[in-house]
Amino acid sequence: MVYLIGLLSVVFLALAIMIVSKSMALSKGIKGVEQDLDSPADKANNTNAIGFLVFLVLGSIGATWSFLHSRPDMLPVAASDHGLITDRMFWISMGVITFAFFVTNTLLFTFPFLYRYKKGRVASFYPVNHKLEIIWTVIPAVVMAILVFSGWRTWRDITGQAPDNAVVVELTGHQFGWYVRYSGNDDQKLGNHNYKLINETNSIGMDFADEHSFDDFTANEMHLPKGVPVLLKINAQDVLHSVYLPYQRVKMDAVPGMPTKFWFVPNKSTDEMRYITGNPDFNYKLNCTEVCGRGHFGMAITVFVDEPEEYAAWCKQQKPFLTQNPDYLAKVPDKLKSKAQKYIEVASPAVDSTQASGAMPTAATSLR
Amino acid sequence: MATETLHAIDTHVHTHDVHEHHELGFVQKYIFSEDHKTIAKQYLISGIIWAFFGGAMSIIFRLQLGFPNMDLTWLKPVLGQWIVEGKLEKEFYLALVTMHGTIMVFFVLTAGLSGTFSNFLIPLQIGARDMASGFINMLSYWFFFAASVVMFASLFIETGPASGGWVIYPPLSALPQAMPGSGLGMTMWLASMALFIVSQLMGGINYICTIINLRTRGMSFTKLPLTIWAFFFTAILGLLSFPVLLSAALLLIFDRSFGTSFYLSEIYIGGEALPNIGGSAILYQHLFWFLGHPEVYIVLLPALGITSEVVATNARKPIFGYRAMIGSMMGITLLAFIVWAHHMFVTGMNPFLGSVFMFLTLIIAVPSAVKAFNYITTLWKGNIIFTPAMLFSIGLVSLFISGGLTGIILGNSALDINLHDTYFVVAHFHLVMGAASFFGLMAGVYHWFPKMFGRMMNNTAGYVHFWFTFVGVYAVFFPMHYIGLAGFPRRYYSFTALGNGRMEAFVDMNMFISIAAILTFTAQTIFVVNFVYSIFKGKKAPQNPWSSNTLEWTTPVEPVHGNWPGEIPAVYRWPYDYSKPGSTTDFIPQNVPYSATPESNFPEENEEIAKEKEIEGLLDVQNSSYNH
Repeated sequence: MVYLIGLLSVVFLALAIMIVSKSMALSKGIKGVEQDLDSPADKANNTNAIGFLVFLVLGSIGATWSFLHSRPDMLPVAASDHGLITDRMFWISMGVITFAFFVTNTLLFTFPFLYRYKKGRVASFYPVNHKLEIIWTVIPAVVMAILVFSGWRTWRDITGQAPDNAVVVELTGHQFGWYVRYSGNDDQKLGNHNYKLINETNSIGMDFADEHSFDDFTANEMHLPKGVPVLLKINAQDVLHSVYLPYQRVKMDAVPGMPTKFWFVPNKSTDEMRYITGNPDFNYKLNCTEVCGRGHFGMAITVFVDEPEEYAAWCKQQKPFLTQNPDYLAKVPDKLKSKAQKYIEVASPAVDSTQASGAMPTAATSLR
Repeated sequence: MATETLHAIDTHVHTHDVHEHHELGFVQKYIFSEDHKTIAKQYLISGIIWAFFGGAMSIIFRLQLGFPNMDLTWLKPVLGQWIVEGKLEKEFYLALVTMHGTIMVFFVLTAGLSGTFSNFLIPLQIGARDMASGFINMLSYWFFFAASVVMFASLFIETGPASGGWVIYPPLSALPQAMPGSGLGMTMWLASMALFIVSQLMGGINYICTIINLRTRGMSFTKLPLTIWAFFFTAILGLLSFPVLLSAALLLIFDRSFGTSFYLSEIYIGGEALPNIGGSAILYQHLFWFLGHPEVYIVLLPALGITSEVVATNARKPIFGYRAMIGSMMGITLLAFIVWAHHMFVTGMNPFLGSVFMFLTLIIAVPSAVKAFNYITTLWKGNIIFTPAMLFSIGLVSLFISGGLTGIILGNSALDINLHDTYFVVAHFHLVMGAASFFGLMAGVYHWFPKMFGRMMNNTAGYVHFWFTFVGVYAVFFPMHYIGLAGFPRRYYSFTALGNGRMEAFVDMNMFISIAAILTFTAQTIFVVNFVYSIFKGKKAPQNPWSSNTLEWTTPVEPVHGNWPGEIPAVYRWPYDYSKPGSTTDFIPQNVPYSATPESNFPEENEEIAKEKEIEGLLDVQNSSYNH
């Protein structure tokens, strides 16, 4: 590849030198024939004027071709309710700006050709026209107003209060990965968390003084129900991260010390997307879009959008953190111990004795 | 002390008209010079050197993005330990991105563009002997130089330069344990920026004072060239917003070194919970973008000002809508202060604020559109001469339009959700502020080179340089929109984690962009060779090579210290009397009184003749202001 680049640069430089020497020779040759010292424009003037026209034509072809070529991969299928709306708005805005793009650039590149220097022509003295100024102030203003208004309404809907029936999922960004926590199968509430309680096992810092924590379970991948509002509660442990679900058109920063949120309705299950894209290995991803260090680019987890009943079944299979780490019962205040007890599986009685003596967990599965 | 120095210079300029007097020593003339023209050249050459480094860095990370499997061992002599097993170190990739942004935005497009042309053109175009304070002007450059030295030194330290992106958002930038670049490299970044801000403030105060106080007789604000208006607004923007960046940096320094919690709260990193509570990472972003957004216009307005001048001169037509141009620049300046949070739609900021900033942001599109339309109309029915400066100016307008239009999409907060921090944003701002301002810089260099060095640059090389750069810039940044729309995030070392064959779909495109970037960068050697060669061996410049109206072309070919050997000319008319009906020449310079051009005067201009006596009468006042 180095050689390819080197070769290309050499070819390019040779071309440049050729053009320069040729045009120099050309201008010298012409100078010999008709010395026009009065003319402020040199012989390349027409070439440059034509250059803009050529650029316009080739540029338009290139822009159109490259657009059509990349179109299948741009804005991948939207897989959320609001994504369909913003995608439509995007294409409308895109239509407006594409129109403006071609009109203004066409004028900008044809005028140089039409009004290139000609001996004896006098440029028109045309310093001002208030009517024109008003027209092209008002038209963009009106177009902007329409775009802003529709954008504002959509934005208001997207960022409004999440519906009460929303499934709550907590995401915690850290260098370099995401912890996922669900509110559990019994109560629908996430327990408190505190960054001072974080350790290797309890990597989110779940607070077991809060009874809502008891049934919370964690996962290494994210499962979401299709067609149901999902509320992401987003935290960060160390530096800024950003939750990005490209197919669901979801993005929200994760900020240490400041919980953020984003709610949306996923409307295409993983299976449906596998069918739509024709890719049997298709999987939704959650990426990070706020630079967070060396592993930033690889900070992704897999997301599954399931049919609601599949999702419910998956949730049922998950074991609460407390069940997997029974020694955390020691962190539960005495008056709540009885409530917590039901999440402790009656496994080996040895667990109870070691936990009482405060020994370190041995069988605990790390969240990572 | 500054006034005394100025006083000394001015008196010696006046007492000896021709420079037979004691020559300044080498140091005073070329190094610690107080002459605005020398300082401008210092800024320009520093800017070009920085542009080389900034550009070269982008080429290295483009190699990584375009050719992820390439063996980079050949870069080991330059990058040393940053190449590991033939691959770019992941943290060094981030460092490159960060330094590219910092260098280009601050050192090239702020110092190199505004620093060069504000310094060079303000005194020459308004008819002043020098800046209001030559001494502070000199300090301004040397503070910039010190900032450069610190920033450059940070490239060579073991832990590497700052690597958290040019916006250096905390906590990443505040915690050395988060990444090595947040250690000494970040300290040096902050020190360098503090020096840089001091430099900008000194420069800005000088520009504003000079424009307000030192205009020659007859040069009312409504007769100022649009370049000067642009520099004026730029200086105001910088003066009001750079101190906010300084405060942001200062609080960050406190957080880093003195254990405060302005930006830090509830952080668990490297296996320990930090004691900091109650800070807000969002606060930093507000403070940063309060400068960061005006900064966009700080780099863009001078380029637009230069373009106005170049387009009018070479279309041989008055700029269309002179007052509308001033009005829209004023509008942009005001709005620039109240749109900053559109960089923060999805940072967790209250969505209501997002709505407000979306409204304000899309308003700013209106004055920008007006400017674009005015440029196009200026070309209409002109008699256009394509100097290299003119080519770059037309190119600028095209890039400004193409890049500006996508701003309409990004300014819409609902659409920004998906596009924020993707390559769509990268493409947008590189076109509208990066490339457009760079083209403004090039236009300015080609146009005023004869005034700076008394020689002409080679036109043919200029044309070739333009066409390669213009095509190259579009080839680099146009396809980048597609990659952004496909959801490729910024500052990614590699796109392997996107999954679903998305990386593979754009392998060719990324390769194409990288090749285009390499070629565009290589094409700049044409400029550098032309520039250096022409300084020493260029054709001698005539008095007024572009038949331009503004005052700088009334100075000697190589302006002396104090700019005009005799009296400073008076100004009677606006700077855009090109191709005036009735006139025998197609330009009438600003210092030609209406009484000398009865054949081309409009009726209302004949009334101005009566005021000429009054303007001439101001000569003594003007001279006494220099000899106080």
